[in-house]
Amino acid sequence: MQQKWLFVITPKTKLIDLNLKEVWQYRDLLMLFVKRDLVTLYKQTILGPLWYLIQPLFTSVIFTLVFNNVADIQTGGIPPFLFNLAGITIWNYFKECLTATSDTFKKNEQIFGKVYFPRIIMPMSIVVSNLLKFGIQLLIFIAFYIYYSLYLSSSIQTSIYIFLFPILVFSMGLLGLGLGMVISSMVTKYRDLTFLVSFGIQLLMYISLVVIPLSLFQEKGVEWLVMYNPMGYIIEMARFLLLNEGNISQFGIIYTGVSSILIFLLGIVIFNKTEKTFIDTI
Amino acid sequence: MMEDDVILKVENLSKQYRLGLVGTGTISHDLNRFLARIRGKEDPYLKIGESNDRSTKGTSEYVWALKDINFEVKRGEVLGIIGKNGAGKSTLLKILSKVTGPSTGAIKSKGRIASLLEVGTGFHPEMTGKENIFLNGAILGMTKKEIASKLDEIIEFSGCERYVDTPVKRYSSGMKVRLAFAVAAFLEPDILVVDEVLAVGDAEFQKKAIGKMQDISSQGGRTVLFVSHDMVAVQSLCSRLIVLENGGISFDGSVVEGVDYYMYSSLESDVNQSETYFEITKNRQVSYIKLKNSSSIASTNFFMGNSIHFQIGIKNNKESKDVRLALLIYSSKGEKIAVVGSMESSKNIFNVKNNDFSFNLEIMKLNLMPGRYFITTLLAFDSKIIEKKEECISFIIIEKDVYGTGKIPKGNYIVFFNSKWDLKT
Repeated sequence: MQQKWLFVITPKTKLIDLNLKEVWQYRDLLMLFVKRDLVTLYKQTILGPLWYLIQPLFTSVIFTLVFNNVADIQTGGIPPFLFNLAGITIWNYFKECLTATSDTFKKNEQIFGKVYFPRIIMPMSIVVSNLLKFGIQLLIFIAFYIYYSLYLSSSIQTSIYIFLFPILVFSMGLLGLGLGMVISSMVTKYRDLTFLVSFGIQLLMYISLVVIPLSLFQEKGVEWLVMYNPMGYIIEMARFLLLNEGNISQFGIIYTGVSSILIFLLGIVIFNKTEKTFIDTI
Repeated sequence: MMEDDVILKVENLSKQYRLGLVGTGTISHDLNRFLARIRGKEDPYLKIGESNDRSTKGTSEYVWALKDINFEVKRGEVLGIIGKNGAGKSTLLKILSKVTGPSTGAIKSKGRIASLLEVGTGFHPEMTGKENIFLNGAILGMTKKEIASKLDEIIEFSGCERYVDTPVKRYSSGMKVRLAFAVAAFLEPDILVVDEVLAVGDAEFQKKAIGKMQDISSQGGRTVLFVSHDMVAVQSLCSRLIVLENGGISFDGSVVEGVDYYMYSSLESDVNQSETYFEITKNRQVSYIKLKNSSSIASTNFFMGNSIHFQIGIKNNKESKDVRLALLIYSSKGEKIAVVGSMESSKNIFNVKNNDFSFNLEIMKLNLMPGRYFITTLLAFDSKIIEKKEECISFIIIEKDVYGTGKIPKGNYIVFFNSKWDLKT
């Protein structure tokens, strides 16, 4: 009789083994994970999903008071609150993607140790569910944008390139996912990284142009601090698209795109390498 | 044709774990190791492992959790996998369910493999039972559509209708298992892997679950791999048995023989104990006792309800018209269970010449519950007791599915009886 096997399990040798067909088969799982993340996050809280809105709003208010009113950082022609809200909304998406995915293996050790499904579903679901949160937070931004332009008649406008915004978000997702996968793979062996991530991400915010515009860095001659940080470019570009404020360089665009893709690919390679054996090392 | 169809083939499967290298999981250790390598020195952490190894005369820092495992499973077969802790059962299941990869060898499968999750893994405590059915089903590889079409059956089988809209965190552990099993049972994988989860459910559910697994294999023609320490469940469910020992397959064959083999090895009784030779101190005495099972093989382990065969050698130097022998059976707590005496239970009167002889005695049905039992012998010549050997040999009774129900009574009982039940109304 002809021997036709459905699948064969052998020691893993391939460098990149992203089985897209398999990932597609498990698409329902992806959506259920997303649903789980969204539904369960604020269960048994009083304010519930309102927390999605409170976080960026309060942070923006504090940042505006501290950095713009006290430290007197200039934000060009646009209201500091909007400036900060835009930066924080964008930054939050990256931050949430990175911190949540970097915990993938450790947090799901139990279920990964018991049953097989394409592991990449897990970080992907995190990026998608955060995208929805990001969408909600973006609505707040839009609400304030309208409020500012109609009632306070601030002279703000979006860039004519606003249609490129989804591409920017996509590349930010890639970056967060890639970096998160690299870190989550290494966390299986080095728990130290968990601590590094939690405070490193706070430091990273200050050199990612969230509160201080690029122009100020250039003015003080410390441009090198933000030159090699793709997140800096992303936030600056996002602000340019949303508020038509800030400068964009060709180098920045190419640098961001290339580094996002490279980090994402690196993430997949390392993640793949880890997923077959991590249960033995964690 | 389909009956003999091999659905799963495991070829030379090995899994190696490295001692000393993995498990020193901090960056500082790895940095030290890296620095040592640059300076051309030995790995500073490996030494610990090596010195430990010296006592065992091995220089390798490797451990084989599984070594050269080979077996085939046919469609519709229920394969039991038993073995002591650390024998490699879990590692084998992990490789089968693709959780971890093998070091060498291959597993070839013609069907989808799904494993029954441990209690509550994959359940989110904040979500309701129904939501968790979808989530768990999807984790096991079902699509949303498949689950939706079986949702009612799953809920009904789990017996949790009232609670499907309650968050799972309010469930008892038994209810979680019910729900998890229900999802897996209706998953309809070609190969279902069940790893000792039934122990949590109550008696009613265990019966239901075992019944469902039997249905899956006999009617659905699907294959079940069943890992358990419950010998009664293994015997009532499995059609074939594999015993794992130290990472290798030490037995592959029928269930009855397999359980016997496993109990035998796990009780650490060696063959010598089935034959006891006594120091000769008198002219007339019991000189040896040998135990054999129903297939005439020397053994100290006997299944409930099976026969036991004694051969008792007696040293003798006098002629006698009436030799009597009695075996007194004691429980491990020292309670008198029974006496089997030649005077009462045999119509024959045994007479002997002035040389050594032996008695052959068979007890046809040992209606004893599992446990260890001790034998005391009483030897009499011409109505006079000349020797009593206290607890001179012991044997062990092994669990067996004597009623064909998959269950035996629990609670330190000593004997059991075959019985017939009938209901008249």
